[in-house]
Amino acid sequence: MKNKSTYKELFNRIKPYFLLIFVSLVFAIITVTITLYIPIKIGQAIDCIGVKTDWEKLIPILLSIVIASIGIMIVQTLMNFVNNKITFSVVRDIRNDVIKKIESFPLSYIDSHSQGDIVSRMVADADQFADGLLMGFTQAFIGVMTIVGTLVFMINISVKITLVVVLLTPLSLFIAAFISKKTYNMFKLQSEVRGEQTAYIDEMLSNEKVIKAFSKEEDTVERFVEINKRLKDASLKAIFFSSLTNPGTRFVYNVIYAFVGLVGALSVLSGSMSVGILTCMLSYVNQYTKPFNEITSVITELQNALACFDRINKLLYVESEVAETEDAILLDNPEGEITVENVSFSYNKERMLIENLNLFVRKGQKVAIVGPTGSGKTTIINLLMRFYDVDKGKITVDSNDIRDLTRQSLRKAYGMVLQETWLRSGTIRDNLKLGNKEATDEQIIEACKKAHAHSFIRRLENGYDTVIGEDGGGLSQGQKQLLCIARIMLSFPPMLILDEATSSIDTRTEIMIQSAFNQLMEGKTSFIIAHRLSTIKNADIILVMKDGNVIESGNHEELIKKEGFYYNLYNSQYGD
Amino acid sequence: MKKLLKYLKEYKLECVLAPLFKMLEASFELIVPLVVASLIDVGISNNNTGYIYRCVFIMILLGFVGLISSCTAQFFAAKAATGFSTNLRKDLFAHLMSLSFKEIDGIGTSTMITRMTSDVNQAQTGVNMFLRLFLRSPFVVFGAMIMAFSIDVKAAMIFVYVIIVLFFVVGFIMKTNIPMIKNVQKLLDRVMLLTRENLSGARVIRAFCREEDEIQDFYSSNNSLFLAQIKSGRVSGLMNPVTYVIVNIGIICLVYSGGLSVDRGILTQGQVIALYNYMSQILIELIKLANLIITLNKAVASADRVADVLDIKCSQDIISSDENKTDDSVVKFENVSLKYHDSSDDALENISFTVKKGQIVGIIGGTGSGKTSLVSLIPRFYDATEGKVSVFGKDVRSYTINELRDRIAVVMQKAVLFSGDISSNLRFGAGDISDDDINEAAKLAVATDVVDSKGGLTGKVEQNGRNFSGGQKQRLTIARALAKKADILILDDSASALDFATEKKLNKNIREIDNQVTFIVTQRASSILDADMIIVLDDGRIVGIGTSDELLKSCDVYKEIYYTQFEEAKHEK
Repeated sequence: MKNKSTYKELFNRIKPYFLLIFVSLVFAIITVTITLYIPIKIGQAIDCIGVKTDWEKLIPILLSIVIASIGIMIVQTLMNFVNNKITFSVVRDIRNDVIKKIESFPLSYIDSHSQGDIVSRMVADADQFADGLLMGFTQAFIGVMTIVGTLVFMINISVKITLVVVLLTPLSLFIAAFISKKTYNMFKLQSEVRGEQTAYIDEMLSNEKVIKAFSKEEDTVERFVEINKRLKDASLKAIFFSSLTNPGTRFVYNVIYAFVGLVGALSVLSGSMSVGILTCMLSYVNQYTKPFNEITSVITELQNALACFDRINKLLYVESEVAETEDAILLDNPEGEITVENVSFSYNKERMLIENLNLFVRKGQKVAIVGPTGSGKTTIINLLMRFYDVDKGKITVDSNDIRDLTRQSLRKAYGMVLQETWLRSGTIRDNLKLGNKEATDEQIIEACKKAHAHSFIRRLENGYDTVIGEDGGGLSQGQKQLLCIARIMLSFPPMLILDEATSSIDTRTEIMIQSAFNQLMEGKTSFIIAHRLSTIKNADIILVMKDGNVIESGNHEELIKKEGFYYNLYNSQYGD
Repeated sequence: MKKLLKYLKEYKLECVLAPLFKMLEASFELIVPLVVASLIDVGISNNNTGYIYRCVFIMILLGFVGLISSCTAQFFAAKAATGFSTNLRKDLFAHLMSLSFKEIDGIGTSTMITRMTSDVNQAQTGVNMFLRLFLRSPFVVFGAMIMAFSIDVKAAMIFVYVIIVLFFVVGFIMKTNIPMIKNVQKLLDRVMLLTRENLSGARVIRAFCREEDEIQDFYSSNNSLFLAQIKSGRVSGLMNPVTYVIVNIGIICLVYSGGLSVDRGILTQGQVIALYNYMSQILIELIKLANLIITLNKAVASADRVADVLDIKCSQDIISSDENKTDDSVVKFENVSLKYHDSSDDALENISFTVKKGQIVGIIGGTGSGKTSLVSLIPRFYDATEGKVSVFGKDVRSYTINELRDRIAVVMQKAVLFSGDISSNLRFGAGDISDDDINEAAKLAVATDVVDSKGGLTGKVEQNGRNFSGGQKQRLTIARALAKKADILILDDSASALDFATEKKLNKNIREIDNQVTFIVTQRASSILDADMIIVLDDGRIVGIGTSDELLKSCDVYKEIYYTQFEEAKHEK
């Protein structure tokens, strides 16, 4: 999973903070050195103690320990600050890059990937990465430094004891590796059962109202309890066996400690070592084994962090929308003459959706698109707005190929209301202002009155300042559509796209809104998709689509006269 | 947090044994410095090699007994922690399942799911860590102090001072840090929300060319998160250095006063070393404790969130009712009003009507006129704020929920299927019925072709029924309700994805079911033309009741709906 490029990316990520990292490393070296220096001094101090305590030597030693301790406090505090700064900055940078990337994702990527997954990379993975990075900086580095430093200090004092330590240490690593290998399958089982349970929870809680409508609560809980029990068994095993690592390694260290005590004591007896130095050695052993214990857990953490980093990077590697050319034209106040020439398009290579589509729309014409589900109506909108690029042929606005225009100016030229309403968490006013940032309160109310949203907004708890939840939570589908329509009424676009814009609104309100739309569309080119044919009868051109092709076109009267597909469709709704 | 402790009740023994064995392990660790002290004072001073070997053997033995105790402790801790979370998850799930629609709306699905999953897991980790370490650390700290007392009272007083100072410093840092950690969590939630919105709203954001604004919005939220993290990190980053310096100053005092005592022959050199070792142990424990506290903070925050949800009471009580008069009404509304929130306007106002056996009732009205609210009161999804809803002559509030809902089958606006197979979905409400009955229900719901196209009753249904189209799902959910053979059938705009011919056939089939009261909520006048009774709603009030023909004469709102949909008809007449 991790390869050279991961490390290269990581390197690039932390490059801007090299200076800080350098400072951090210096601080770390100072910290480790002083930490190792203090036991020596304490050993010396203890050697001064005796039946005749050597006060003249002892006092300066103690003073030096005080200074060293205060020094270490300052350096360590600063080091923590610096490490925090590095870590959180790197994560902030990554998140900023990800959001920028998201805004440039091709729609096809967003449409075909789970949003939950992308969100979890942005939030959970980035967090895990931060934790791992921070641990790596603080613990792993200091840990390694401490081990190396201790060994150097110990060799200086006693080669024999150092040998004892070095020879016995691998035992603890062996135990840790053994346990983690044995528990791997248990963890796998645990996450499998947990995944099953989460899926179940997700499904049942999302549809809780249905369960309650059928009073199936008990059965639902019963099945949950069964999964829950399996999870318990799996978790218990995984947690227990993995938690044996620490006691196991700690035992090894206790053995090492005892052996150092033994070898040390014998050396003292043979006169090659003082009691103070033995104390010092014993505290070194403590200091030396501690990071070993930590490093084993840090390594897992770091591996995890790198895996998370990899997942985030995969997002950043997604190819962005085709870049605009340098000399992209700014579409300014277009007339609204649109041509579609020999356009072919498909979402996937296997199945052609639109083939060789031709269309000419004069300025100010009202174009309606009708046809059964899956006939490609919405696809045309996707192409017009350049959410997707055509495979063959071209689409022009005022004789400009839309691929030569800046995306922003093209999209700004259209006002769009979709069947899938989208509102953001925030106040009603915030949402309306998406259409026009500078809109005044009067304009907002005016637009809402036209969209027949004013009366229901007024009745909400705080009127226009009512906070609505994510995706308009709390509002009905119809109310959401009314808000989306009001949003468009605020933005005065030169062209208009309505994709089932009134599908959840009752017919009576729809007709009232229709008059507002007619006013808005006066003299503007517009595209309307609707399954209620009554709303499109007065369109200038009606395109009847089937399987990606326009099979009939003309105005209502002409199509009725033809007695073709449209005629049948119309009669199925209004005939009798 | 306290509320959740009862989930440990079943594991009282484990909760006592785990820390107990931990303490046992810690006690063995605490003996080690004493052994080292005597190794130096007796073994080395008297040049007694045999004694040294014995001491080393004792140290290894202590380590081994420590290992056994520790493993035992880990086992009990793991058992208690997983038991805790299992019980908690079960109760929480059952609790969520017992809430009424009002509470479900209030909490929100995504919140419920996070509470059930990540919050419970955090709490489990918290319990596990707490049992393993939290008691161990204070025990080692105080144990070290007591051991110090056993060596020398004067020297031990230094321990007392050091521990008091540490207590205040650690307490202060934690107290300042906890609100900061919570703040970080809140800001992280915001970052998550923005990310999700930018994905779900990609089309709209791009259509309005808001990309740059969105990026700036995100940057500023992300930056607030960054600043909060730095701030919180600064405080928690103080923990280690400060404890380190305090302990070291303690050690210096110890050596200094030790020097005096050894000078006077009160203490031996070995004993001073033992005291020093104890002080070092305190330091190591405190560092562990500091890391643990962060984990515990998160766990407590999670546990609180879970407890908040558990605290939400179901707002529906069963009232006793002595009325047992059986009038011939099946459903009766008497001056019913409904408010969803105290502060909001009435969703329904002063609704009264009576439905008799075998009737088909159409409910029609504009968006937000209260159609769904009205039918939701019949199975008691919500409680009327004022007035009374009766089913079969009895107040709905006097039935137990199951008793009531067993008599009613509802097809909701949103067609939902569960993962499994078609048979399990269609049997969802009906329980054990024969395949023939299921096929019959599918036939009535004009869903036979759907069943056949997916390979019969054993056809697989994926999560949320995503392998079915909207119309197919609607027909299956109707079949599911019909299979229940309830006294009252409620179709809440549930034919919206069906074409007119299919809907007509469905309506005809439903009419043929005997003795069933059917409510059809719709926006299409054509769906309810032949209903026995049509209720026309406008803004939460009834503006007309009657048959279609009657309403065409008397009700303006109905007339408008009718003629907008049957324009042709108007011209012809």
